[in-house]
Amino acid sequence: MEAEVREIREHMGRFPPFDTLSDELLDEVAASVEIAYYKAGSSIFAHGDAIHALPYIRSGAVEVYRHSGELYNRLGEGDIFGQFGLLRNRRVRFPVKAIEDTLLYLIPEAVFDRLCNEDDQFADFVELSGSRLQSTVEQTARSNDLMVTRVRRLISRLPVMIQESATVQEAACLMTEEDVSSVLLIAPAMSDDTERAFSDAEGRHWQLVGMVTDKDLRERIVARGAPPDTPLSAISHGQLIAIQSDESVYEAMLAMLRHNIQRLPVLHRRRPVGVVHLADIVRYETNSSAYLVSNIFNRTSVKGLARLVPDIRAAFVRLVDEGATSQMIGNAMSTIGRSLMRRLVELAEEELGPPPVPYCFMVHGSLARNDQSVTTDQDNALVLHDDFDSKRHDGYFKALAERVSDGLDACAYPYCKGGIMATNDLWRQPLSQWKRYFEEWIAQPDPQRLLHSSIFFDLDAVYGEERFVEVLQELISTRARQSPKFLAALARNALSRTPPLGLFRTFVLEQDGKQNNIINIKRRGVAPMNDVIRVHALAAGSRRQNAFERLDDIDQAGLLPAGQTDKLRYALEFMSIMRLRHQAYEVKHDQPADNAIDPERVSPLERHNLKEAFQVLSNAQKFLRFRYPSPTR
Amino acid sequence: MSGETGNGQDLPTWQEYFSRQSQACRDPALRRFYAAGLPSEETPIGEVPLAALDLETTGMDAERDVIVSIGIVPFDLRRIRPAQGHYWVVKPPLPLSEASIKFHRITHSEVAAAPDLDAVLDEVLAALAGRVVVVHYRAIERPFMDAAVLRRRGERCLFPVIDTMSLEARQQRGGLMQRLKGFFGVRPPSIRLADSRARYGLPAYSSHHAKVDAIATAELLLAQVAKHYGPDTPVSTLWV
Repeated sequence: MEAEVREIREHMGRFPPFDTLSDELLDEVAASVEIAYYKAGSSIFAHGDAIHALPYIRSGAVEVYRHSGELYNRLGEGDIFGQFGLLRNRRVRFPVKAIEDTLLYLIPEAVFDRLCNEDDQFADFVELSGSRLQSTVEQTARSNDLMVTRVRRLISRLPVMIQESATVQEAACLMTEEDVSSVLLIAPAMSDDTERAFSDAEGRHWQLVGMVTDKDLRERIVARGAPPDTPLSAISHGQLIAIQSDESVYEAMLAMLRHNIQRLPVLHRRRPVGVVHLADIVRYETNSSAYLVSNIFNRTSVKGLARLVPDIRAAFVRLVDEGATSQMIGNAMSTIGRSLMRRLVELAEEELGPPPVPYCFMVHGSLARNDQSVTTDQDNALVLHDDFDSKRHDGYFKALAERVSDGLDACAYPYCKGGIMATNDLWRQPLSQWKRYFEEWIAQPDPQRLLHSSIFFDLDAVYGEERFVEVLQELISTRARQSPKFLAALARNALSRTPPLGLFRTFVLEQDGKQNNIINIKRRGVAPMNDVIRVHALAAGSRRQNAFERLDDIDQAGLLPAGQTDKLRYALEFMSIMRLRHQAYEVKHDQPADNAIDPERVSPLERHNLKEAFQVLSNAQKFLRFRYPSPTR
Repeated sequence: MSGETGNGQDLPTWQEYFSRQSQACRDPALRRFYAAGLPSEETPIGEVPLAALDLETTGMDAERDVIVSIGIVPFDLRRIRPAQGHYWVVKPPLPLSEASIKFHRITHSEVAAAPDLDAVLDEVLAALAGRVVVVHYRAIERPFMDAAVLRRRGERCLFPVIDTMSLEARQQRGGLMQRLKGFFGVRPPSIRLADSRARYGLPAYSSHHAKVDAIATAELLLAQVAKHYGPDTPVSTLWV
């Protein structure tokens, strides 16, 4: 491949929709581009111009306008534009202007057409009104599958390589130092034409000739009493099976089965880029959360449950790394959270004896919504049977609440700072009192008070008499929609936290105590989005608690303009998954998982998507103000 | 070198020189090259077909050092067309020194398999014919091309060039302010290719490769014209 094609390909391969193209198609695109330059302020496209190439921004920034002259979008490095016109009549629909000095790669229309025909993901990307966000989100969901996931995704580190002429002892030292169980053997190559020859950064030519594993050292050296200075070439296997980095995980698995091996060197063309182990694939496949849940119910003490915390965190990290959607992760983590809580209640009942009256352990917040993450405060309450007599029975339930709450804290679900726990006398009440609470909140919605109690409007049963909570859900879903005053107050609350707009190049940052320069993705993104969705869901009379399920109900009820619920869905998914990835990263690095995203660590691509998501949220908030106005007195 | 003053008083214009050479030359490839002609001096740069040329050489001296690789990319102010460009590695008459191999990342095996410049010279001249040549630092490309052709075909190969380095020097070093700063010992800004490009927001390329550098030079000229000259500038104010 020529050097300039490699330069171009390397850049494009990092941005969607090019990042998922096969190596072959990507090469073809890179080899076909023409280059154009526009200085800041100059017009790139005027409405109605002929368009015969798809522009890709190599550097710089542009603005896209509507016919009315209104700003439609602002794009930067790695973005494409003009796809609407190319797909329709090869005329420019939206005028485009360079706002910085801009270098464009132009993909000729013939190549663009071929990409649309041969690559479904590319076609979807350009057809879905160019929404990167939607495409990114869908692609993540689709790629969560052995058949389409490319094996390069399982590679976690560069391969460790050593010259074949080195000794087994040198190899053992290197493997210990690098903490790997296999090492690739290379030998100087005469020319580039040799099989499996590649050149390193210094331009030297090497040839991949073999692999040596822990097992080889054990069986062929130690067991036979061979000296440590035995050359590696003496124990190397003859033929080496390898796989191309853009083959599927499934192909890698087949190759291992076919050749009865556990490790496969992964090559990009002829250059080794990693080694994939059978365990990597098994791990990829295993649904680890199911195993964890059964383990939770086998534990017989709080201490035993607390020992599962590292496993829970590992399961979380794995789910995120495997590319699960936020809904899948939220579901799995909530299932784990609920199981843990159920087991804690069971253990408490074993100790305290049977309850004097029926009751239900209720949860609020993320557990009720089934979108729990790895670290969340506990939000819970007790709904008791109406036969409850405070004097005779409360001692039991207070003790029960304390045991569950302390147990949760021991299992890394810290106490709720706002005191929303069954240990609080206010939130340990008979069903009739709970009904009065909700009736009052809905009938006399003091915004200030609602701000603190809106968390109760996400509620679900975890243990005991589930119908108690169903009664409350029923009450909310029928009353809330009939009270414009309540919806207006809830809507006003939902506007209290705004997304950081103007997220282009320079982030709008929060100074947050000791944390400098951060974006709080929960407070400025995920939580306000949940607030917005909750208002619409209650207006639609939905009884669901999960935000994505609520969106289905909102869609059914036709409360929002066409296409709007999908936008909210994609924006929520992207912000959620970004938050979860951030937390997985912190868990992996033994840091406390928080919501503070460091803009330095956000890639240009993520920045684009995040910008779009925040814009969706902001528009949704504006619409909320208009849709649920405060009733005039 | 007469080539530096193509439109001096007693000397022929570049157009006149080309038409005379197209008759006088005996080598068919050179005849074709000159016969393709040049745009007239007042032609706006926006209408001129251009070709970015970059040579990798074993050193700076055209008498002693030789060409190792050649990159050519055709373009005009609207588009740069890498796919229609060319790249040749050529075998030098003498063995390559280790230092220059390391510098250019061109290897013994590549060079060993490469043809002599003479075998690709017709293609090189055809790729440049009818286009105004654009280089970064003409003190390399012009004398090396001339010497290489003279050595192999016995005839001169001269042509006007647009030198993005001297265009950059005009901007960065020509002004009164710059001269004042120089007087006070402030070093003028670098006009090397990568540094010049950075001033126009052009990205850094990682390779040291004749075709990549030719593209880089073409991009730089587009930026310079967009910023300082405009498409209506007569080509003769840019070439030398």
